[in-house]
Amino acid sequence: MLSAESLKKIDHEVTKYPADQKQSAVMSALAIAQDEKGWLANETMDFVAHYLGMPAIAVYEVATFYNMYNLQPVGRYKFTVCTNLPCALSGGNDAAAHLKQKLGIGFNQTTTDGKFTLKEGECMGACGDAPVLLVNNKRMCSFMSCEKIDQLLEELSK
Amino acid sequence: MTQLTQILLAGLNPSDPNDWRLRSYEQREGYAALRKILNEKIPPDTIIGEVKKSALRGRGGAGFPTGLKWSFMPKQYEGDKYLVCNSDEGEPGTFKDRDIMHHNPHSLIEGMAIGAYAMGIRTGYNYIHGEIWDTYERMEEAIDEARSAGLLGDNILGSGFSFQLYNHHGYGAYICGEETALLESLEGKKGQPRFKPPFPASFGLYGKPTTINNTETFASVPWIIRNGGEKFLQIGKPNNGGTKIFSVSGHVNKPGNYEVPMGTPFAKLLEMAGGMRGGRKLKACIPGGSSMPVLPGDIMMRTDMDYDSIAKAGSFLGSGAVIIMDDTTCMVKALERLSYFYYEESCGQCTPCREGTGWLYRVVHRIETGKGRIEDLDLLNNVADNIQGRTICALGDAAAMPVRAMIQHFRDEFIYHIEHKKCMV
Repeated sequence: MLSAESLKKIDHEVTKYPADQKQSAVMSALAIAQDEKGWLANETMDFVAHYLGMPAIAVYEVATFYNMYNLQPVGRYKFTVCTNLPCALSGGNDAAAHLKQKLGIGFNQTTTDGKFTLKEGECMGACGDAPVLLVNNKRMCSFMSCEKIDQLLEELSK
Repeated sequence: MTQLTQILLAGLNPSDPNDWRLRSYEQREGYAALRKILNEKIPPDTIIGEVKKSALRGRGGAGFPTGLKWSFMPKQYEGDKYLVCNSDEGEPGTFKDRDIMHHNPHSLIEGMAIGAYAMGIRTGYNYIHGEIWDTYERMEEAIDEARSAGLLGDNILGSGFSFQLYNHHGYGAYICGEETALLESLEGKKGQPRFKPPFPASFGLYGKPTTINNTETFASVPWIIRNGGEKFLQIGKPNNGGTKIFSVSGHVNKPGNYEVPMGTPFAKLLEMAGGMRGGRKLKACIPGGSSMPVLPGDIMMRTDMDYDSIAKAGSFLGSGAVIIMDDTTCMVKALERLSYFYYEESCGQCTPCREGTGWLYRVVHRIETGKGRIEDLDLLNNVADNIQGRTICALGDAAAMPVRAMIQHFRDEFIYHIEHKKCMV
């Protein structure tokens, strides 16, 4: 259900916690599963539950509580733009508007070619670098002027 | 350039990509404090006493005296105890812990190891905000370095003291910055805060005695041990020891982190951040992160940056996030965005917060969109009253306080919005 490489990563995470507390690894296990699959289908979450010896409902609870998990398919690149107050004071809304216009989609939508999904995010803890956005949860892009957004889109469109 | 007094970011060379590594840290006296403690077998109580003397207060937001917190841990406890670092930095405006972990990760590791020694703890976790993945990876590498050098793990430097430290990442939930929500999250559950008491020192991670401190708090400890608590205290002011990193964001020329002694005048900090963008007028400032009350610019310009001075001015130092707003800022719109944030991030456990944050957002939203009524101002205060102090954790208070302060200080602007159905600015 998950690749050997993903399982190896999950096994490493499990070693961080006491032997009777494997459940502590569920957040990283879901993140690893999502990196491989793109999103968390029920059967993926069921697999993680079985792998960590947890009830499936306990895994669903976690996946639905933390907002970086994708509970539905997303585009190849998910952009999450911070529009919280400190970012908004320094162009966060302009960055979001520029992305919407360039991609022709609104928040929580995916381009028809399945390439890009746009999300509105909350504070990423990088307010000094505003505007900021995340690509696929893990790559943070700072000082995202319209020009830099255009460069990013060009890079990812190749 | 004025002479900088720095502890946390002292001696760092941002142009050197390897400056964060163990070797560079050791050149900056890194791990000297831990070595001294282990070589000289300094009694744990002496270390806690030194931290108490320093007047180091929690840098995450609450400002609780660190030495006192450490002394709450049961000493004669058979079984596991845990040390947890709260690096879940998601308070809007705050971005200091990220810089500490990115540029000086070993200061955190050493600080945690010293804390573990002082409290007789063998296992620690560093809970890192999920959005800063490269910082998580850096911390993973830094812990590996420390372990390989015998500075973490079993029998550290042959002293018989063992301390295992691991990183754990969040994945997008502001509430996990609340310490008991963070513990739930570490246990692999939804991050819903626990009722206190019992406090974590008696019932924490996996039900075991646990101490939780902020990243910046731990990172201050090695310096205190190397130089003495008294010296740390003297850098700041009584009851407000040491330096503090202020994260300055918003309408300034040079947003960023500035480490200054406690008690530095706000005007000085604003100058360090390059002054107001475009030379505009300072209208308002939230001095301690989005959860704290906003203060008008003229009050801020007369205030010093330490816990007690900011409290006297009517707000809180909080996490040290200084959000600067100039005279083009619509305060109704600013509050609308903050209220949306708390509505979005309420964990849903307590009714006053789950329902009340929705009320706050919807009422501010209707004022912002020209549908407000004059009674709405009383309604907002009423909803805030019914949230604050009536929830398990402080998120409810954090949603209520900005509303009250915004209406108190910028009432005219809210009334103008309601009467003219548009912004004053």
